[in-house]
Amino acid sequence: MTTQVFLDTVGEERPAVSPLKTGAPLEDIAVAGQWRLIWGRFIQHRVAVGAGIVIAVFYFIALFVEFLAPALPEASRPQYTYAPPQSIGLFVADESGGTRFQPHVKGYAIEVDPVALRRTFVVDDTKIVPIGFFVEGPTYKLWGVFAMNRHLIGPLNPTDPMYLLGTDKLGRDLMTRLIYGTRVSMSIGLVGVAISLCLGVVLGSLSGFYGGWVDMTIQRIIEVISSMPTIPLWLGLAAAIPLTWSPLQVYFVITLIVSLFGWTGLAREVRGRFYALRGEDFVTAARLDGSGERRLIFRHILPSLTSHILAVLTLAIPTMIVAETALSFLGVGLKPPVVSWGVLLQDAQNIRTVATAPWLLVWPAAAVVVVVLAYNFLGDGLRDAADPYES
Amino acid sequence: MMGRYIVKRLIYMVPTLIGMSIIAFLIIQLPPGDYLTSMIARMTESGENVDPAQVARLREIYGLDDPVLIQYWKWISGILLRGDFGHSFEWNRPVSDLIWERMGSTLAISLASLLFVWAVALPIGIYSAVRRHSFGDYAFTFLGFLGLAIPNFILALTLMYVTYRYLGQSVGGLYSPQYVEAPWSWGKFVDLLSHLWIPIIVIGTSGTAALIRILRANLTDELNKPYVVTAKAKGLPEYKVVLKYPVRIALNPFVSAIGWVLPELISGVTITAIVLNLPTAGPLLLRALVSQDMYLAGSFILLMGVLTLIGMLVSDLLLALLDPRIRFT
Repeated sequence: MTTQVFLDTVGEERPAVSPLKTGAPLEDIAVAGQWRLIWGRFIQHRVAVGAGIVIAVFYFIALFVEFLAPALPEASRPQYTYAPPQSIGLFVADESGGTRFQPHVKGYAIEVDPVALRRTFVVDDTKIVPIGFFVEGPTYKLWGVFAMNRHLIGPLNPTDPMYLLGTDKLGRDLMTRLIYGTRVSMSIGLVGVAISLCLGVVLGSLSGFYGGWVDMTIQRIIEVISSMPTIPLWLGLAAAIPLTWSPLQVYFVITLIVSLFGWTGLAREVRGRFYALRGEDFVTAARLDGSGERRLIFRHILPSLTSHILAVLTLAIPTMIVAETALSFLGVGLKPPVVSWGVLLQDAQNIRTVATAPWLLVWPAAAVVVVVLAYNFLGDGLRDAADPYES
Repeated sequence: MMGRYIVKRLIYMVPTLIGMSIIAFLIIQLPPGDYLTSMIARMTESGENVDPAQVARLREIYGLDDPVLIQYWKWISGILLRGDFGHSFEWNRPVSDLIWERMGSTLAISLASLLFVWAVALPIGIYSAVRRHSFGDYAFTFLGFLGLAIPNFILALTLMYVTYRYLGQSVGGLYSPQYVEAPWSWGKFVDLLSHLWIPIIVIGTSGTAALIRILRANLTDELNKPYVVTAKAKGLPEYKVVLKYPVRIALNPFVSAIGWVLPELISGVTITAIVLNLPTAGPLLLRALVSQDMYLAGSFILLMGVLTLIGMLVSDLLLALLDPRIRFT
């Protein structure tokens, strides 16, 4: 058949077990378990560790969205449309001529363009908006349960404007919305990957374990799905979502669509490994011991693949994040009032809007790129570490 | 031998084609209600008279009341036997009138991007493999990662903004306004090129990054083989050692790349074209989907799938031509 080169799968012809290449002193390695070996290799991969930390930070943000955001995502102030980002200053000059420590941002002054009669905001150096940590602001419910009004950062006087990343066309704080979007965008990847995991592992192991017509059928299905160009397909499926559905329903359907095409890579990987492993001595031994097929698959073969599955999954998450972003950007995915990175980027669709307010493109795009990049580095590191016995 | 391989390969394509047509048909069927219903609703809303007899006639023509299997059969046999892709309700024209031109430009831009991918990936891949762990290698690897990480549409938006802001160029579309209707001339060609580079770079980046990584890995394996050492020991100049055999062998992934880069490219063309408003299938597909003009949308999706399948076939055949071992497996 075909020899296709797949980026994130390992060919079947490789031996399942290869001799241990010693990097660390032998006496340490001799007693180390599989996971310790994997961890040891992963730690050496500095970039991957750094990427892992970045991702952890993003999930931390996603977890404490309400507290970290300075305002509420829907709080709009029409008098501050397209206000540019402010920068934080630390010292202000007081009356006596000295300086004192007071974190602050500069207020805005409105300038009217004499030709277009368009209002534009400029940062006004004379207006000082003192800001601080753990300030009281608008009331929110943390995780929808605990009513609180403390925010990590915010203006001391809640009515003052503080827009660290600027505002959008309705005068909503971009930073707040970006932080709220983190929760939706990052969680779509996780939920989607969970669905892909089930599909990929079940179908991949069936395919690799039984071979024959089961394998044939599943391989054909995978071939059909992976040879369809993804974006037209995603568009087609997402466009069928009825407009009347609630945001939560739409969220789950989008996750489903996104994950429906993410499992093929995993299924391939699992199948390849199963093929290689099912003839191994320990599998034969277990079979001779009287283990049933289910026990063979779940107890003996799958555990030895866990690290590989983890690596493939990590590499699948960014695709799903990008998919959601792209769909929402095109207007067939998540829709306002849900806030995701893709929904935010929708505002940047028009080149004139971007020209007036480049921050609407820059920050959401940066968030997407940083997360995708971090996931790719992390996945690469995990894949290298997944098999500590390889050189 | 080659003949048998081609036949085998063609037979393998059949189930995949059927699978694709089923997916495309599912997409046509998915939206709740059909176009006719929503059209009637719109007409009643705007106060137009709807004749029930005519509605019934239309329903019959489009077979909207038949069981799904019969509808599928009607649809697919129309395409296969008569080249009839159904009727676009929104444009009130046969779908086949609308798609071919758009599919042509989709294919053209995809191929141009493929050439770009090859042209960029080959020298960089060779450089990275030969000078492994050099500064240049790391720089390209990082750029490659960046290319993989930046989604097409974000890159398109960014480049659009940059050209608009700093070059003052009109962005979007394939031609400047004054050339759209003009006959072919040198000026129009230059104008086309000045518009084409953005989509081609945008669409090509991710594929380039992937191909560089594969070429680098393959060439590195090849460079460690004994025959390379022998060639070096015999005093062959470095460039000859690298280019004569290892590169030729490492080139196989370039051919097989058509197979998996093409779906990616067509996917990329779709979204990039929507952002940049290029006259390819993408914007029309999105519009058709939003207005639930499903025969048009389904035909686009089907044809894009078929296009990638043909691309895979071509890449497999070329590969078999290049590498005789494949024909025998």
